[in-house]
Amino acid sequence: MIQLVWDGLFVGSFYALVALGYSMVYGIIKLLNFAHGDIYMLGAFAGFVVLSGVGGVTAAFSVVALVGALVAAMAVTGGLGVLVERVAYRPLRGSPRLAVLITAVGVSFTLEYGVAAAGANPRVFPVRVESQAWQVLGVRITLAQLALMAIAVGLMIALDRYVNRTSTGRAMRAIALDPKGALLMGVNVNAVISRTFFIGSALAGAAGVMAGAYYGKIEFLMGFLIGLKAFTAAVMGGIGNIRGAMLGGLLLGLLEAFGAHFLGGEWRDVFTFAVLIVFLSVKPTGLLGERVSERV
Amino acid sequence: MLEFTDVHVRYGHVEALRGVSLRVERGEIVALLGNNGAGKSTTLCAASALVPLSKGTISFDGEPLPDKPWDVVRGGLVHVPEGRRVFSTLTVLENLQLGGFACQDKASVSRRIDGVFDLLPLLAKRRGQQGGTLSGGEQQLVAIGRALVAGPRVLMLDEPSMGLAPLMVAAVMDVVRRINAEGTTVLLVEQNARAALGITHRGYVLENGVVTLSGPASVLAEDPRVVEAYLGS
Repeated sequence: MIQLVWDGLFVGSFYALVALGYSMVYGIIKLLNFAHGDIYMLGAFAGFVVLSGVGGVTAAFSVVALVGALVAAMAVTGGLGVLVERVAYRPLRGSPRLAVLITAVGVSFTLEYGVAAAGANPRVFPVRVESQAWQVLGVRITLAQLALMAIAVGLMIALDRYVNRTSTGRAMRAIALDPKGALLMGVNVNAVISRTFFIGSALAGAAGVMAGAYYGKIEFLMGFLIGLKAFTAAVMGGIGNIRGAMLGGLLLGLLEAFGAHFLGGEWRDVFTFAVLIVFLSVKPTGLLGERVSERV
Repeated sequence: MLEFTDVHVRYGHVEALRGVSLRVERGEIVALLGNNGAGKSTTLCAASALVPLSKGTISFDGEPLPDKPWDVVRGGLVHVPEGRRVFSTLTVLENLQLGGFACQDKASVSRRIDGVFDLLPLLAKRRGQQGGTLSGGEQQLVAIGRALVAGPRVLMLDEPSMGLAPLMVAAVMDVVRRINAEGTTVLLVEQNARAALGITHRGYVLENGVVTLSGPASVLAEDPRVVEAYLGS
């Protein structure tokens, strides 16, 4: 039982990292960025390229190399997210939302099949965190899981502080509420939106490297399913809400772990998307997505 | 200090401003009066670079205005929009801090916030409360206070009295008068001509996108056309 909880929280922390970018972008420009899962995939490939370039990494250095690859992949995916926004989404700002949504689907395919053209075969991730396991309270916990989860939690805490305590974070929340009002406060809205894409994409890239290192195999469609699951997580938590995305990710991981345990592994994804449908029809604002009532 | 010369603005086929010329001198409070749809808000939005000019120029301190809204604010021309636009889920303090977004010097931002709390003690009491939970008058004070944190040399206010009870209108007008007395130039857009002319030096009347009347506030307040259209006899 506790094993299920731990496994669920572990997978959920990946979902949460990806869901954050989904939710941040939706919050600030009301766009469901369907290309977000592919940024996660590109993070995995960027990490793969960096680690392959370093060459024969000995086991002792694997964690150091992995952190290095993580940072490099975050920089690459962050930059890519900014580029996608600049090229594909900014020219359409102010257009009907459906137009931007379809563009996002187009960007998603472009990224997927761009990577496929560059080398479609599934790759084996060159570094795997050594899986030394401990038994804690009857739960099998590996060093790899612990390290990856610590990184994920660290990134989430850093993001939460950034959004809630810094001037740019405040500007992000202001744009989410009222872009025109933010303009009149002297906020360079374009720059803040770029930064939001950078951060959200970098988090997805980090999750991609972590998933590569943990599961050991990467391929160009790996972002598709996790993109949809991250969307589910974001909806569960209340889309646009940062803490909601974290909560939704962890909760979805838990639900999946239990669902797969009791229904059988082949029902995992069916269960996940059934949860999405239930949330969209019963509580579309999500768990934390309630707005303060406004007096006029 | 702020000068509009033959400003035209069009929204699609509709020409909202058809050659507006007006000027605001350093230290003045100038009223811009007119009915709904006369082009008052558009005039302010044109100065804030929210809408493009199709013809004419707006200069600020003798220089043409920049074409990005954030550069306009940074230059010291700050616009308090119609309907206040207080960020509803941000606290009063966060709303004020946002006013200082464009200012690099964080020490002077916190000095200005203290200055706003001195001027508007009510906001100091409400500092931790979410903007959306305040009353309309309180939200108007937040909107004005927030603009002051940006360090304006010219403050443009769009209908600060809208939807407020008469006592609150008087309080807001008094705040505007005090801000001006401390050295900030003010351009005040109002439908409430009586309240506006009570505190302003000069005024302009805008009708269908052109200025039809202008003069010292005391003269405008006596002008039969203004009395008939805006004040009631």
